[in-house]
Amino acid sequence: MTHAPLLAVEGLHMMFGGLVANRDISFSVGEGQIIGLIGPNGAGKTTLFNCLAGYYRPSAGTIRFNGVAVGGQTPEEAARRGIARTFQIVRIFPEMTVLENVMVGAMLRTKKVAAARAAAENELVFIGLDHRSDVKAAQLTVSEQKRLEVARALATHPRLILLDEVMAGLTPTEVREASQMVVRIRDRGISSIIVEHVMEGIMPISNRIIVLDAGVKIAEDAPAAIARNPAVIAAYLGE
Amino acid sequence: MTHLTMTMLAQTIVSGLMIGLIYALIAVGLTLIFGVMDIVNFAHGEFLMLGMYASFWGASLFFLDPLFTLPLTALMLFAVGVLVYRLVIRRILAAPMLSQIFATFGMMILLRGLAQFLWKPDHRTVPHALVEGKITLFGLQLGTPQLTASLGAVLVTGGLWWFLNRTRLGTALEATSIDREAATLMGINSERMFALAWGIGAACAGIAGALLSTYFPIFPEVGADFILVAFVVVVLGGFGSVAGAFWAGIIVGEVEVLGGFFVGPAYKNALVLSLFLLVLLFRPRGLMGKA
Amino acid sequence: MDRLTLVKRILGLAVLIVALGFPLIVTQPTMVNFAILILMAAQLGVAWNILGGYAGQVSLGHAVFYGIGAYTSSVLAAKFGLSPWLGMLAGGAIASGFALLIGWPCFRLKGHYFAMATLAIAAIVEVLVTNWDYVEGAIGIYLPMTNSGWAGMVFTRSKTPYFYIALGLLLLSLLVSRILQKSYIGYYFRAIKEDPDAARSLGINLARYKLVAIAASAFLTAMGGTLYAQKELFIDPGSVLAGSLSIKIALIAILGGVGTLFGPVVGALVLIAIEEFTRQIFGSTGMGTDMIIYGGIIVIIAMFSPGGIAGLLGEWERAWRARRKLVYTPPGDGI
Repeated sequence: MTHAPLLAVEGLHMMFGGLVANRDISFSVGEGQIIGLIGPNGAGKTTLFNCLAGYYRPSAGTIRFNGVAVGGQTPEEAARRGIARTFQIVRIFPEMTVLENVMVGAMLRTKKVAAARAAAENELVFIGLDHRSDVKAAQLTVSEQKRLEVARALATHPRLILLDEVMAGLTPTEVREASQMVVRIRDRGISSIIVEHVMEGIMPISNRIIVLDAGVKIAEDAPAAIARNPAVIAAYLGE
Repeated sequence: MTHLTMTMLAQTIVSGLMIGLIYALIAVGLTLIFGVMDIVNFAHGEFLMLGMYASFWGASLFFLDPLFTLPLTALMLFAVGVLVYRLVIRRILAAPMLSQIFATFGMMILLRGLAQFLWKPDHRTVPHALVEGKITLFGLQLGTPQLTASLGAVLVTGGLWWFLNRTRLGTALEATSIDREAATLMGINSERMFALAWGIGAACAGIAGALLSTYFPIFPEVGADFILVAFVVVVLGGFGSVAGAFWAGIIVGEVEVLGGFFVGPAYKNALVLSLFLLVLLFRPRGLMGKA
Repeated sequence: MDRLTLVKRILGLAVLIVALGFPLIVTQPTMVNFAILILMAAQLGVAWNILGGYAGQVSLGHAVFYGIGAYTSSVLAAKFGLSPWLGMLAGGAIASGFALLIGWPCFRLKGHYFAMATLAIAAIVEVLVTNWDYVEGAIGIYLPMTNSGWAGMVFTRSKTPYFYIALGLLLLSLLVSRILQKSYIGYYFRAIKEDPDAARSLGINLARYKLVAIAASAFLTAMGGTLYAQKELFIDPGSVLAGSLSIKIALIAILGGVGTLFGPVVGALVLIAIEEFTRQIFGSTGMGTDMIIYGGIIVIIAMFSPGGIAGLLGEWERAWRARRKLVYTPPGDGI
């Protein structure tokens, strides 16, 4: 690739009071790439997501999205620019139907309700939840709710999607389906960063894996190389 | 400034302190309940009202002074608090915020209505209070009931602080307030702590009612006069902070009387409420609140 | 359209026709007055519901908007001879402006804090108006009765015109609610109410839509205030700015069902009926029986049916539909 990457993070610091959650993190994500983000609990993965998605203002460092500096953006600006996210603990709109949840996402790009409905229906077909359209979101199983969150995020027409542990708690079959889903998202030209503990879910599909430990990036490499990286093995054994 | 206005100002400051201590006592109960379980008790003024009526009936039926019946009033209100927790609050702990607001809010209306139904909307006063009249201290005229009430309020608030910080049960309650999950892991029964918070919270309001009953008119909606001020004190002191509520109570008492003194009595409530808004907007966690 | 929807449409049409013809059939002034009270209460509940029900921002200070409406049109009528119809619009505009002014800082507050802030603001305004000589302070404003007729919105012989104005205002409020509810704004309101953080992740600017909600809600509430002033021809802080009024406005919606179109109408019907009923049985409102009953009802609704009466009806409807056609529910995914 010759042009600038879709997302470029440089020297990102995130501090809470005296506590450093992210220290000097740099990486970039190209168009149509799948990046795995792994690390022990408390490594700062979700904090990094919150910085990228505008929920936290980084203490230092720059985030460039599509060539534009977006460090101090709000979550709603991030969404408008094309950064979508899911949440580690699902945050659906429980009293709305499945379809309505996704429609709210689609309304970022069209304020017409009928158009939003059509777009939402397409996303539900894509994610395989169309048979549950009219059910209240609260009544879905947890794995369905996670998929609903992805559909809702996709409905905002992102260029980058941040997936926070969408595979946690799934059965092996479901993990395989989820991996295929991420690949199909990639095939639509949407890049993704995936925070995940389920290695078999992301190792086969990721272009690169970034490893965080205690707020610091300790490795970034192709999946196969990461599995042999001594620093990474040490970090995981030390957990 | 003439000598006369100086004396009046001193008088004003002292009366602000006296009413402020009562406000503090009302607010500590409210702040305790909020701290332990994140629920704002809109019916807190009604606990105060019940305490006042308990004192009134003790005095007019059994000729017992509110100060004598005070322990009994406290016990009764403790029971009311626990009962309210058991019957209503326990069921809405996990409910949406809207339901939580309405539950205590509905209780406020219900208790006011009950008081009106049972005891008529008339303003009443306790007959033949034990402490009456005024005494002169350092050249200042102080109402004896007011002085007694504020001293009582200091004792009870201090006692509550001691209980929360120096006793086993109290520290358990405080721990629940700081981190409910951690407290549960440490083997503290949070259900019991919630009930205890409601009991103590209501008892504090009841005691404040008993202390006020010797010099304040008693009527079913009297709680309305105090609940907003109590909110101000809780917010200013920081939700959940007993020590914060103590100091905030005094500040609010002073703002009220000094506002009355300098701006005009009509605006004293508006001043207190403006203080409330300023704190809510610029320092929502208050003087000594948890982050 | 299935049968239940059809039944509901027909029922709605029937209610509207009955409402339109009501003053023609029932002519006793007390009954007409009773109906006007219900319509006015319903209109306020519907207006409150836009902010408190749909957008989920519980206001316990709505009397402030009602009072602004009543005072604006009354001052303009009494001092400048302006038509209350224009006064009504002016009151709505001022109330909306004030709503935006207080909404801007207060919407940063969450849940309980927002409710308490609105309570405080309403109390402050009540104190200020009570001490404001230009608007006659605690004495209140008497409206001129000279301009009788539709132009002056003063009707001394029969109260029936007030009935139609109240009905018109209610229909207008329902229409505004309905339009908002059906548009993307309604979806955004619900999203903000259910999970503000998730809403932000979808590009929703929380402050902007909360301000839309409070401005619309305040405008309609203020219009109700003008109608009250014209009907009573006298206002004072105690009647249009009281804290108890704020509570009552919220109650109407809560009782009927927050976040539903017709919930507040049902709530008004029940609430006013309870008030009148207890007045008949016990002679006066001073007994507190009305407060016992609706206080009790609120507690019970908060505990067992947060959706209010409309919520209960909704449950029944869903149950009925579920019985009619067994909705396909696939087996759980094993989580």
